Amino acid sequence: MTIATTTEQICFLILAATIVLGSLGVVLLSNIVYSAFLLGGVFLAVAGIYLLLNASFVAAAQVLVYVGAVNVLILFAIMLVNKKESLSAIPSLLLRRVLSGAVCLGLFTLLLRVAFTTAWPLPGPQPIGEEATLRIGEHFFSDYLLPFELASVLLLMAMIGAIVLARRDVYASDVITGEPADQGLIEKARTPLLINRSETSTTL
Amino acid sequence: MLPSPLVTPGFVAAGLDLQASFSSWLESLGLSVALARAIWLPLPMLLVLTAAVVGVLVNVWLERKISAAVQQRIGPEYAGALGILQPLADGLKLLVKEDVIPARADGLLFTLGPVLVLVPVILSWLVVPFGQNLLISNVGVGIFLWISLSSIQPIGLLMSGYASNNKYSLLGGLRAAAQSISYEIPLALAVLAIVMMSNSLSTVDIVNQQTGAGILSWNIWRQPVGFVIFWICALAECERLPFDLPEAEEELVAGYQTEYAGMKFALFYLGSYINLVLSALLVSVLYLGGWGFPIPVEWLAQWLGQPIDAPLVQVITASVGIVMTVLKAYLLVFFAILLRWTVPRVRIDQLLDLGWKFLLPIALVNLLVTAALKLAFPMAFGG
Repeated sequence: MTIATTTEQICFLILAATIVLGSLGVVLLSNIVYSAFLLGGVFLAVAGIYLLLNASFVAAAQVLVYVGAVNVLILFAIMLVNKKESLSAIPSLLLRRVLSGAVCLGLFTLLLRVAFTTAWPLPGPQPIGEEATLRIGEHFFSDYLLPFELASVLLLMAMIGAIVLARRDVYASDVITGEPADQGLIEKARTPLLINRSETSTTL
Repeated sequence: MLPSPLVTPGFVAAGLDLQASFSSWLESLGLSVALARAIWLPLPMLLVLTAAVVGVLVNVWLERKISAAVQQRIGPEYAGALGILQPLADGLKLLVKEDVIPARADGLLFTLGPVLVLVPVILSWLVVPFGQNLLISNVGVGIFLWISLSSIQPIGLLMSGYASNNKYSLLGGLRAAAQSISYEIPLALAVLAIVMMSNSLSTVDIVNQQTGAGILSWNIWRQPVGFVIFWICALAECERLPFDLPEAEEELVAGYQTEYAGMKFALFYLGSYINLVLSALLVSVLYLGGWGFPIPVEWLAQWLGQPIDAPLVQVITASVGIVMTVLKAYLLVFFAILLRWTVPRVRIDQLLDLGWKFLLPIALVNLLVTAALKLAFPMAFGG
């Protein structure tokens, strides 16, 4: 066994252990902030697995999109609405936990069965290394053009939705409930920040 | 029209390849190829790490001296000649200071936060080239690796802001995350325009595309708007004044680092200065021709009648390359420091407005214009 393969195996074991333990932590920990940070760790470990598979562009994109954007936004949302509230006890919590555990276990066995019964081609396809970036670009603009464009339309829809939700001041009635909009909110939204220091003290 | 960059493999000198010579030397001693490689691997990493830390020391000294000059003071002068040992004294002070973790803080996240801020910055040095073969790894994703690594940083900032259990820290962390998300997008778009012109993400290819006609072929002439966008965004990513909102003293005490002391504070400090040097290096790589001399060294060698592949010429070329990279970077660092001590801080709403309503549309237009120019003049814009 050469040095390179040994290193690769050690890296794989560490990354795999991080992913498994980390994702268990994301689901099982009761502190939501810990879950969110662990999620970031899991995303990073997945990027490491991509690196081991010689897919450096996918790894970098994984870090940029999932760690840099998705996870930061999750953390942002958690920290902006960090309200202290005592949650009321959910009835039959134990039954719910057992049921969801059973569903997860079933899914896990299904995946295991697929993993063990599929005839994986061994050794896998030759990694193309640095050329992968070019190949991904070619695919995006030829045979995968439709999914690529659909994804961008989806993002555009989400963006317009977010703008509509955020800019309630331009509508006379609430976009969600249909009730007349809160006039105070409209006034507040139209007042520029920090002009009237005595009235508004929002400085984030 | 600008002269076309004459990038042909035969024209650009192969440059020093230290790894090849080191490996062949070890193999001649009877070691296996894999072992020679394993011995080689940590050497450039350690060298670059040392260079980064020394760069920070120089940076701290420059910051103190230039700020003093701007404010018509003398600055440090007792520690060594011209106060040159002052940064070392600062570092030593931070090293021996008591490491305080506030009583109600979250110890684990509090410790992990600064590490998460520093590690991606140091990892990004992987792709900084000082010469044709003088970089740790010429990875294909090159500059994209830096963009994605720098997006990890806000998580560390949010983590330390949250774990400090202090409202100023939390606000500082949130501001840092908001700022870095806003400025990442125009930054990436400015880089994308460069990548489009050089047909490669690799930093070495980006510099090679700017050699050929010396100073005239540098990207700054072809991407003046991109250069300004990149520089503004890089300053914002480094949280330098006028964009140091996350640690605005008057409003937030010190932002996310309010509760930090000792070595953990030093990690933040180190991280921000390494990031500044890194950003300056990348500006010089992307826009100022990287290791290129204003007059191509190939021309100089030809003029002096020296073959470009001669060992001595190779060593001189490599040294000139390193000196040029560092010189350009420190010129930019000088401007950043001068900016810090002359301009006032912007407000948070101005900061976000600048990012989203001004830089983002301009960066998009710049990208489209670059694409159009590339189609219209493939000779000058990297066809």
